[in-house]
Amino acid sequence: MQGLLFILVLTISIGIFLIKNQVKYYFTLFLLIISVVLTSFLSFNVLFSNIPVLDIQLDIPFFQNTFQLTIDKLSAYFVLVVNLTVLIGFLYAKGYLKPYLETKNPLRFSIHYFTYLWLYISMILVVLLRDGLSFIIVWEIMALSSFLLVIFEAEKRDILKTGINYLIQMHVGMLFILTALLIVNKATGEMSFDALKVYFSNHSNWLLFSLFFIGFGIKAGFIPLHTWLPDAHPAAPSHVSGVMSGVMIKMGIYGILRVLLSVQTDLLLIGMIILVFSLISGILGVMMAIVQHDLKRLLAYHSIENIGIIGIGIGLGVIGLATNNPTLTLLGFSGGILHVLNHSLFKSLLFFNAGSVYQATHSRNIEQMGGLMRNMPKTAVLFLIGSLAICGLPPFNGFISEYLIYLGMFKSLSAANLYQSIVILGSIVGLTLIGGLAIFCFTKAFGIVFLGNPRSEAAKQAKEVSNNMISPQYLSIAFILVIGLASYLFVKPVFNMISEIFVLPESENIPDHTLSNLAKISMTGGIFILTVVFLLVYRFYHLKNKAIEIGETWGCGYTAGTFKQQYTATSYADNYIQLANPLLRTKKHSTKITEDEIFPAKKSFETHSPDVFKTSLINKPTNWFLGLLKKIAVMQTGQIQHYILYAFIFMLLLLLLTYLNLV
Amino acid sequence: MAGFILILIAALFFPGIILRTRSIVSGRKGPGIFQPIKDVWVLLQKGSVFSKTTGIIFQIAPSVTLARIICSMLVIPFSNQHALISFEGDFIFFAYLLALGKFFAIIAALDTGSSFEGMGANREALFSMLVEPAFFILLATFAMLTGYTSFSDIFNQFYISNNHYLLIYSIIGFYLLIQIAMIENSRLPIDDPKTHLELTMIHEVMILDNSGFDKALIHVGTYLKFAIYGALLTNVLVPAHWNIFLQTALFFAIQVFFAVVIGLLESFRARNKMNKNPKFVLTLSAISFIAFVVVLILTGKLIS
Repeated sequence: MQGLLFILVLTISIGIFLIKNQVKYYFTLFLLIISVVLTSFLSFNVLFSNIPVLDIQLDIPFFQNTFQLTIDKLSAYFVLVVNLTVLIGFLYAKGYLKPYLETKNPLRFSIHYFTYLWLYISMILVVLLRDGLSFIIVWEIMALSSFLLVIFEAEKRDILKTGINYLIQMHVGMLFILTALLIVNKATGEMSFDALKVYFSNHSNWLLFSLFFIGFGIKAGFIPLHTWLPDAHPAAPSHVSGVMSGVMIKMGIYGILRVLLSVQTDLLLIGMIILVFSLISGILGVMMAIVQHDLKRLLAYHSIENIGIIGIGIGLGVIGLATNNPTLTLLGFSGGILHVLNHSLFKSLLFFNAGSVYQATHSRNIEQMGGLMRNMPKTAVLFLIGSLAICGLPPFNGFISEYLIYLGMFKSLSAANLYQSIVILGSIVGLTLIGGLAIFCFTKAFGIVFLGNPRSEAAKQAKEVSNNMISPQYLSIAFILVIGLASYLFVKPVFNMISEIFVLPESENIPDHTLSNLAKISMTGGIFILTVVFLLVYRFYHLKNKAIEIGETWGCGYTAGTFKQQYTATSYADNYIQLANPLLRTKKHSTKITEDEIFPAKKSFETHSPDVFKTSLINKPTNWFLGLLKKIAVMQTGQIQHYILYAFIFMLLLLLLTYLNLV
Repeated sequence: MAGFILILIAALFFPGIILRTRSIVSGRKGPGIFQPIKDVWVLLQKGSVFSKTTGIIFQIAPSVTLARIICSMLVIPFSNQHALISFEGDFIFFAYLLALGKFFAIIAALDTGSSFEGMGANREALFSMLVEPAFFILLATFAMLTGYTSFSDIFNQFYISNNHYLLIYSIIGFYLLIQIAMIENSRLPIDDPKTHLELTMIHEVMILDNSGFDKALIHVGTYLKFAIYGALLTNVLVPAHWNIFLQTALFFAIQVFFAVVIGLLESFRARNKMNKNPKFVLTLSAISFIAFVVVLILTGKLIS
């Protein structure tokens, strides 16, 4: 029954191309809601009951194969995360795409809606399919549909180029996953995730896991596999960036978790691999985010950072499994997996608001903005809440997942041996640094974009975006606050899930302990909010009968200041860049004042922060290879005699090799 | 409960003692001990001037900052009693709550659109980011030593564990907490609250535009923060199973000592050069790492 309904939705999705332009959006929304309701219902059933797995047969007409969909607790969780963000993203898209309605033809919109729907469907199928071949097919559909979504503005040349770069990198990733699955196929005769258990029981675990890790890691964006991410997110329309960053890159995390469920030996090594790459991603991701001038690129680097936090949780969880430490396993995995949900909420929220800012100012350059809070108060408040949540500050949701990871580490310290202590301490320091740097980054992003005086005419003229774009985001805010203040509701199912899928001993009372801790955090969060409200109300009545003056900002005696003298994003990050430059290689270009210059001419100052990994890992080898090919191109003379000569040499060579018995 | 009230009392005279020390050392008559509290009272009576650039963030930030300081007081224990709210990992909550206040203080400074306040804001952001690892490594050291993960339990167990080298971490902990408190409160040698040039300020330049009620809240917050760190120092130094009256007396003695130390430092020391500050702050992390290694050795993990 459910399978039939699902296939029906898939089939009539083609209808998007056939109907009138005005109703396309609503038609897609209708299909989306049907699938969201259907899958959410099934997932809820699995997640909040004792049914371990739910199997659905998907018979596709005129197709010999039957697809088997399997919902276990892990899949159910990811289905719910995907559903929420995709739905909010599509509601937001209505307002965001409105200005494009006049400039783009209906076919473009049909393709856009169609691929959006299929990106959603492919993500759902990715987490539900266990069979290797069908998995690869839907993984490919996911890459293709997101590629088409990214190049929505394909008439811009650099966007098309970015899109193609994205497509290539996705296929490099797929190659790794496919290779890994084929190895399993070769050894066990079956190409599926269920067969992994058989393979892992009698083969080396860490080698195959590394293949999977690279393949899924490209999707997730672990440094140094991340280079597609900071380019693709700014190029895509904002609702697409929100969905891609919020949930699509989490498919990589899902893949890693799915493989981990079958891993049996080499756990310590695998845990260390995940942990080290996650720490690097977390710290370098946020470090590179700080120096960005493009608001969406900044957020894209933050996705890398958050993938790092998720990875730290998972890596610690695996180390916990390896060292027989159920506390670390439970808290590490739970923190990481809860952060998947948290990140999907606040990151999509931030991307949506970056989109609103883009629509209002037609710019993504932070340096051109300022003072937007006055004209766009709702967007500003939404962005602020997103920023506080992503920095992991209480009483918002980001704190809860980071707290779980921290707690797992601190609790394991006293029983850990030397190496474990050092690993845990390194992770603690890493996570702390990530937190501090995130605060640095988001005070910059929020402060420079929304506060102070406008730095350009466009920022001055900005208008608040339509309510169509604002209201869906309240849903994200609601979840952010509920997870922050009533974490109990969300952490408990996650605990149950982790205990079940990793088969943790039941006698441990860590879950109950932690839940009572979380209750106290909720209480303190509540006290905090009440204190703030009390102080503000008191302040309001206190100031009522006091003299209030409005004046200029203190200018230190200088009264003719202009908006240009404000701190900019670059100057805000300057002291940090001085510290971090050995790693980031930020370059400054400025025109100097010469000695004989009596009347100063126009001067300019620029900073560039190239992605170090992109230059050294992608650009340099590619350029070298292109150079090599150019040299070989000498052979391409265009004269037929030469080509006949090549053929002759080739045949001679064959003859020689056959004579020597080499071929 | 006791901790909460004692911190409130200590905050009343703490800033006054710093002022008195400074004036005595420099040979001035100087203000009385309660002058800072009187200043707060005066500020509360005054009206306010707001910059026309500022908006709602500037208005709510001081209240948020004070609220988070009050909430962070809830997890500080005293003696062998538990804090008002005590749970595993409450120091994580403590640190992140302080960071929340900092976040608001920084964006409030950026809200003024001033060419100076951004300067203070980015310095504050950088230094507080660099100091956090030191705090967390120190707490990790305590957690590893005692096997507990909340302020109350850690300090309760601190002197009970049969370890003869406790004094080492007490002293390292004491030193680090004093330094962290100095950085968190923007005092010497990181920042000089009495400097008169905006270019060299950190915290002061961020609150240039605050006046009246908001300024009073910021002052109260600073006083409370000193007392909170004073309370933490007491917890590190004084065994929790001693007589409660003796502990209370020691609590105030340590607060006074802490205040006098700050006063003396401010009288005799110059502020660091601004670009030396990151190194100075990172040194603290290095010292707390040494504490960690010492615990590794003493618990037989490194050399058994």
